[in-house]
Amino acid sequence: MVAYSWGLSNLGKGDEVLVSLMEHHSNIVPWEITAKIKGFTIKYANVHPDGTLDYDDFESKISKKTKIACLSHVSNVTGVINDVKRIGKVAHDNGALMLVDGAQSMPHMKVNVQDLDMDFLAFSGHKMLAPTGIGVFYGKKEVLEKMPPFMGGGEMIKEVSVSQGQCSVSWNELPWKFEAGTPNIGGAIGLGAAVKYLEALGMDNVLSHEKELTKYASERMKECSKVTVYGPSDLSKKLGIIPFGVKGLSSHDVALFFDNYGVMMRSGYHCAQPLHEIFKLESSARASFYIYNTQQEVDRFLEVLKEFEQL
Amino acid sequence: MATVDDYVSRIEGTCGAESDVIVVFKYEKKDEAISNILKKATLKNKIAGIIFELTFQGQSFRVYSTGKAIFRGVKNKQELNELLVALLL
Repeated sequence: MVAYSWGLSNLGKGDEVLVSLMEHHSNIVPWEITAKIKGFTIKYANVHPDGTLDYDDFESKISKKTKIACLSHVSNVTGVINDVKRIGKVAHDNGALMLVDGAQSMPHMKVNVQDLDMDFLAFSGHKMLAPTGIGVFYGKKEVLEKMPPFMGGGEMIKEVSVSQGQCSVSWNELPWKFEAGTPNIGGAIGLGAAVKYLEALGMDNVLSHEKELTKYASERMKECSKVTVYGPSDLSKKLGIIPFGVKGLSSHDVALFFDNYGVMMRSGYHCAQPLHEIFKLESSARASFYIYNTQQEVDRFLEVLKEFEQL
Repeated sequence: MATVDDYVSRIEGTCGAESDVIVVFKYEKKDEAISNILKKATLKNKIAGIIFELTFQGQSFRVYSTGKAIFRGVKNKQELNELLVALLL
């Protein structure tokens, strides 16, 4: 929505958009599409071999030409937590806006958009116990008010009047200006229930539970000689995601092997091919934890992982 | 007359540089599908009783006892379909 609504009306030749190479494709592809329409330049900030952001590179690429800096709060591949407040300050000092992908942070930790001073933040419902097809888009009111509608129809319309055979259209006020068509009512109710549930649990409790499981799993995975864990070894820099590989097997073989034991995990690029190219990997398997996982389940995961030692 | 569709629930392209294809057999036909494949393909290795490493007509692939198979380096849908016809029917 930012790329199409804000981007198409604010960017042009000579402008730059800065994006990190650890982004999910959803924070790369919309910029690539709109850059072809408007002719602006996309600059990509590097990532260190351990998956952490190269802050020096990111900050050195911000200039007066930069109109927006785009960064995930937490990587969906490695779980690396980025200091978006730091990057946002440098962006603002140069007159640029800051867009944060919060899909992997909002479900797992407390996030205060005002304290972090983000201009935009988006996250998905399906990563936080809500149904698919619903998510949240936050923007600073003064920025949103200047943006044109993203799509047309339904709630985003204030008035469509006819005069001398011509229609005159005006937009609804925020937030309806960006809510075209029939609302996803069921999805919104589901997302609301998920938010209430997580708030009742307490996001600090959610975070500490995940951290505990991640620490436990990470330490025990070191016992498996055929397993390589990617990403930073310093667990304070990351959340509950452990990408890994098993010597001699593709990530899909690894995932199907676990599938035999009723353990589900994602394999492939995880919609982040550039990061895999930095890691020089064809793909990776990804173990991830959330509030519904227990230490007994992590033990089961480790038992299956140890079976690879026998292969 | 039986067809590949009698055995195959869906075919998924994997996400990654490997360009693998995962064939998911129908739950009620998976044992029959695996049995047919094991009769025709050459078994190279059996891992933990759940993974069968096989070759057939120069194509290496793995079959899992849960009813899934991974084929590597298959050029296109037609080549995969020809392999499945030869293996399953």
